[in-house]
Amino acid sequence: MDPQAEKRGWSWWYLLFVLQFVAVLWPAFYNTVEPSWAGIPFFYWYQMLWVAIGAVLTAIVYFATEA
Amino acid sequence: MQDINWTALIVFVVLFGFITWLGFAAAQWRKGDLDLLHEWGLGGRRFGTVVTWFLVGGDLYTAYTFIAVPALAFGAGAIAFFAVPYTIMIYPILFLVFPRLWHVCHKHNYITPADFVRGRFGNRWLALAVTVTGIVATMPYIALQLVGLQVVIGAMGVSGTGFAADLPLILAFIILAAFTYSSGLRAPASIAIVKDILIYVTAFAAVIVVPIELGGFGKIFAAVPPAKLLLAVPGANTTGTYGVYATLALGSALALFLYPHSITGILAASSGHAIRRNAAMLPGYSFMLGLLALVGFFAIAAGVSTMPEFAGGFKQFGNNFAVPALILHSFPSWFAGIAFAAVGIGALVPAAIMSIAAANLYTRNIHREFINQNPTDKQEAQMAKWVSLIVKLGALIIIIAVPTQFAIYLQLLGGILIIQTLPSVMLGVYTRWFNDWALLVGWAAGTFAGIWMFEAAKLTPNYPLVFAGHTFPGYTALYTVILNLIVAIVLTPVFNAMGAKQTDATVPSDYLA
Repeated sequence: MDPQAEKRGWSWWYLLFVLQFVAVLWPAFYNTVEPSWAGIPFFYWYQMLWVAIGAVLTAIVYFATEA
Repeated sequence: MQDINWTALIVFVVLFGFITWLGFAAAQWRKGDLDLLHEWGLGGRRFGTVVTWFLVGGDLYTAYTFIAVPALAFGAGAIAFFAVPYTIMIYPILFLVFPRLWHVCHKHNYITPADFVRGRFGNRWLALAVTVTGIVATMPYIALQLVGLQVVIGAMGVSGTGFAADLPLILAFIILAAFTYSSGLRAPASIAIVKDILIYVTAFAAVIVVPIELGGFGKIFAAVPPAKLLLAVPGANTTGTYGVYATLALGSALALFLYPHSITGILAASSGHAIRRNAAMLPGYSFMLGLLALVGFFAIAAGVSTMPEFAGGFKQFGNNFAVPALILHSFPSWFAGIAFAAVGIGALVPAAIMSIAAANLYTRNIHREFINQNPTDKQEAQMAKWVSLIVKLGALIIIIAVPTQFAIYLQLLGGILIIQTLPSVMLGVYTRWFNDWALLVGWAAGTFAGIWMFEAAKLTPNYPLVFAGHTFPGYTALYTVILNLIVAIVLTPVFNAMGAKQTDATVPSDYLA
């Protein structure tokens, strides 16, 4: 990344983090049983899936900002 | 209670013996001069990405978590899963804020969050507020680790009356105190590696073996009462359980890395890069925590609460006995010994780090600030070692002398208290805009409002805020830190106009690599 951004301590890549907040902070969106997966209600597998997505997003931000 | 489970007990004791040896041997690991506070209390700031992963994982995902989260799922159902969004949201915060804190602390040899606040805002009373808040919030947290230990010791059938009943706990604590005193942070760092491996083995065995025994996830979730399976849908004019769930997750996420033991674990990393990498790697523990929350449902489906052999355990430990009961029911004794050792050792790691963090706070920000301003390095490190013993003794007394429920209340209150340091510590890392006295008044407002709301909500962490005819039940910590921020923002221009001198021992480049 460009050294100027490093100096300012800000990168637009950080906006990716907003996704995981939006995805899990409104329970009305995922508080359902269906679509269930392998017998696991949506409520549970959806949030577990976001643990993994969150880790991937963080890794993307890491590689994008640590040149 | 049931008879002593000798197989499990022997496995447990052997593993405990091993980590005791490891705790003492850790003093030789990446050897440093343990007469220096940053060597004893931060492991010399030499832990790379992998060791930091184990250390912070062992620090944050405590024994109590592994017992209490499934117990909450077992007793109250879906609400327990708030721990998952909570741990999803902590890592962006870790990534954005804490490498900056690490850099400035490394540059100025700050050991504690209060050291940073003292340097950044030049106000010893604000630093004292951060210190006292940190110590008060940490003490019951250490005590709760002992609850986890008590439950697994009880589950192996070790019981007694009076002093004998508390003896195993006291023994475990003497071991803990001794190796923390002699090895400092290197002890929990090395033990965390063993503990985390044991926890992973236990968690994966549980989520693979138990569903097979019970006939698959479909059957397990079918056995969970519908009222527990999902969050209750809110009625009219209230955000109901949804609001509680979201604010608990967000408030807990904001509070977590303000705890002194979290900051100790982070500051012990060898670089800001190691911290950022961990923000992407630590979700591995969150995933496991989610799996373990489901174990609470496995316990419902297995019907352990109605089995006569576990009646005594449930009577003594309540829902916290759900996981140990399920382990005893589903696994051979030798594996139960491994699982219980994982929980027991999982109690010692955070307890050691918490006591070190509290000791660092007392030594640096109370003793050095107010009592002896020019200690030698050796005196400072020695003071911290003694204080770590006193802190642990205090936690032991809490757990033996007062009912468990009281320690749980204090820990819930602890989250509400610690979040009040957010403007000074977390925002302070980014901006020096705030006036130091405005921050102190904001802290006081948030703290007193938090205690009052906790009391008004009958010692629960959720307060039903009423606004314009609508009710917003939610986590008091989040509501009060907003109040804290508003007060600090409003008073900053007022106090600045009154002309109080603003100082800052740090410069912007201190916060970057």
